[in-house]
Amino acid sequence: MTDKPRVGIFDFTGCEGCELNQLNFEDQLLDILAHVDIVEWREAMDEKAPEYDIAFVEGSLSTPDCITRINDIRRRAKVLVALGACAVQGGINGMKNTQPIEEVRQEVYGDDKYLFPTLPALALHEVVKVDYNVRGCPMTQIEFLKLFTALVMGKQPIEPDHAVCVDCKLKENECLYERGMICLGPVTRAGCEAQCPSVGQYCTGCRGLVSDPNLKGMEEILVQHGLSVDEAWKRLELYNANDLEGVR
Amino acid sequence: MGTDLNLKVKHLTRVEGHGNIVVNMKDGTLEKARLEIVEAPRYFEAMLKGRSFHEAAIITSRICGICSLGHQITSLKTTEAALGLEVSEQTVLLRKLCIHGATMQSNILHAYFLAAPDFLNVGSVFPLVGTHPEVVKRALRMKRLANDIGDVVSGRAVHPITPVPGGFTSIPSAGALRELKRRLTEDMYPDLLATVETLKSLAGAIPQFTRETEYISLRSDDEYALYDGDICSTDTGRVSDTEYLRMTNEFVVPHSTSKHCKVNRSSYMVGALARWNNNHDKLGDLAHTAASELGLTPNCYNPYMNTIAQVVEAADCAIDSIRIIDKLLADGLKDEQPNQEPTKFGSGVGATEVPRGILYHEYTYDNKGRIAKANCIIPTGQNLANVDDDMHKLVPEICDQSPEAITLQLEMLVRAYDPCISCSVHLLDVEFVNR
Repeated sequence: MTDKPRVGIFDFTGCEGCELNQLNFEDQLLDILAHVDIVEWREAMDEKAPEYDIAFVEGSLSTPDCITRINDIRRRAKVLVALGACAVQGGINGMKNTQPIEEVRQEVYGDDKYLFPTLPALALHEVVKVDYNVRGCPMTQIEFLKLFTALVMGKQPIEPDHAVCVDCKLKENECLYERGMICLGPVTRAGCEAQCPSVGQYCTGCRGLVSDPNLKGMEEILVQHGLSVDEAWKRLELYNANDLEGVR
Repeated sequence: MGTDLNLKVKHLTRVEGHGNIVVNMKDGTLEKARLEIVEAPRYFEAMLKGRSFHEAAIITSRICGICSLGHQITSLKTTEAALGLEVSEQTVLLRKLCIHGATMQSNILHAYFLAAPDFLNVGSVFPLVGTHPEVVKRALRMKRLANDIGDVVSGRAVHPITPVPGGFTSIPSAGALRELKRRLTEDMYPDLLATVETLKSLAGAIPQFTRETEYISLRSDDEYALYDGDICSTDTGRVSDTEYLRMTNEFVVPHSTSKHCKVNRSSYMVGALARWNNNHDKLGDLAHTAASELGLTPNCYNPYMNTIAQVVEAADCAIDSIRIIDKLLADGLKDEQPNQEPTKFGSGVGATEVPRGILYHEYTYDNKGRIAKANCIIPTGQNLANVDDDMHKLVPEICDQSPEAITLQLEMLVRAYDPCISCSVHLLDVEFVNR
């Protein structure tokens, strides 16, 4: 019928903001649709499909049903792309894992807590093989377009592994530390064009850690700028609790 | 001989989040008709515990991508009430402009992308690209402008960046605001008129079903209440937003990971239709013209008309955005720093109208500015009992139709509420034990 890649879009535990960001490509959406067939996307359409050339997956895995579904999607997808912080590194869902979850369930649902099963929130790569990542919270739109273009053209996408500070310097921003603020840019993976520091907000680490973060140095800088050691690690854990488990 | 029906729609499409519709009728007696919420619980309360007041809005905006601006503004108002932070008039105006952008974006997305395919007998918006290209392009243009308001004023439409406790980390330029005004006037205004024409031609596809219920929304003497106001019920009138617990009464039901709510009856409705019923007198001329063209009259009891009320609201948001921009430019934009020096550490309540209805946050801070206790009550959670009550009235009225026709009308009913299921399961009342 067609040679265009068949694309499926799926969501797990998350806010669906990454999917919304796909609908927010108003200027490019018609061009995107010209190059692929979207064959399954529960948030936007009724149809379902048996297999996919590319599966874009948003959200963390946090229930037994999630594990079953992601294995099924992986089995039917040639390429699997994790979309956004929840899928790539666990994201803010990972903070749940740092708390005594049985107590929380008891307080939230009372004696009915076992009606609603829950697991530690996992990144996709902790359960299935992930081929590519689009990072950020929400996923960085320019990174998605670059990856999408590469996949459609049959080229190898490049994943950045330098710190946000590099992007920030390239934009000639004043360092937020010079303005008396804190920032997680030194250990956070770039690719967002330093979107938050460029408008005066500190980097919260949503794109995950670089592959060799100097966490001890980061802790020292945060403490020098007024945070307690505990607060410093809490800030670092906001999007990266799963990767930081046992590191401190 | 009565009718037997056994319907189950697993993971309903074209809604935000995961829900199932289940209907059982045996020998003409309705045994079960409900929306099951099966979204995975996320336990935001565990995430907020011990977090700094700088982080509260960053975390809570991640409850929902579609309502992220609404959660953020509500969270900021709550933190400011709890910490005694005053904000400037400019901050309030910029926040109201953001809310207009987010409301337009969400209402337009719902009407065109999620609801309209039902009116045209297709499974999604994508086939319409080929059959109705001008309509799809118009929808994209309107959505782009609504999102651009968010990008310009709040740094990013999804999970905004610049709104923080006490103000904004950066202020938009006068030139960027003037450009928004130009596009609102030259593009959005004619696009809204065309939207009304398009919807008018499809209005015959909106099911004629009515069930009078209790309608609850914010109400303000000054304007069509979105940013703040009293809680207003069609049954019992106005009370302060600090009485929100009495006006929600959350309770657990086994078929839903989201709690249900009720006040004076077994259920109540929030959202665009509730706002219309309570506050239509505060809307401007364009909104009233759109309403009368589309057959939306005051005290409308047809929940399917919620989609129409959303379009009427989008028209008003566009016009009021122009008014706000004019005022900001006339007053002169001031490069203000956010006010982040707490004058107290206590509890605060914030209530805002987000696209799907009233959103409540309440936080208690310890004396180091860390969250000790948090509660959020989400619009979709408040609507769930009302959806179930609608189904109980609707199914017997249409049970002689084909299972496909019944299923479609039930799906359209749930979609009309524009439910945001991710939101509804994610924040529940928990008191933390301080370390």
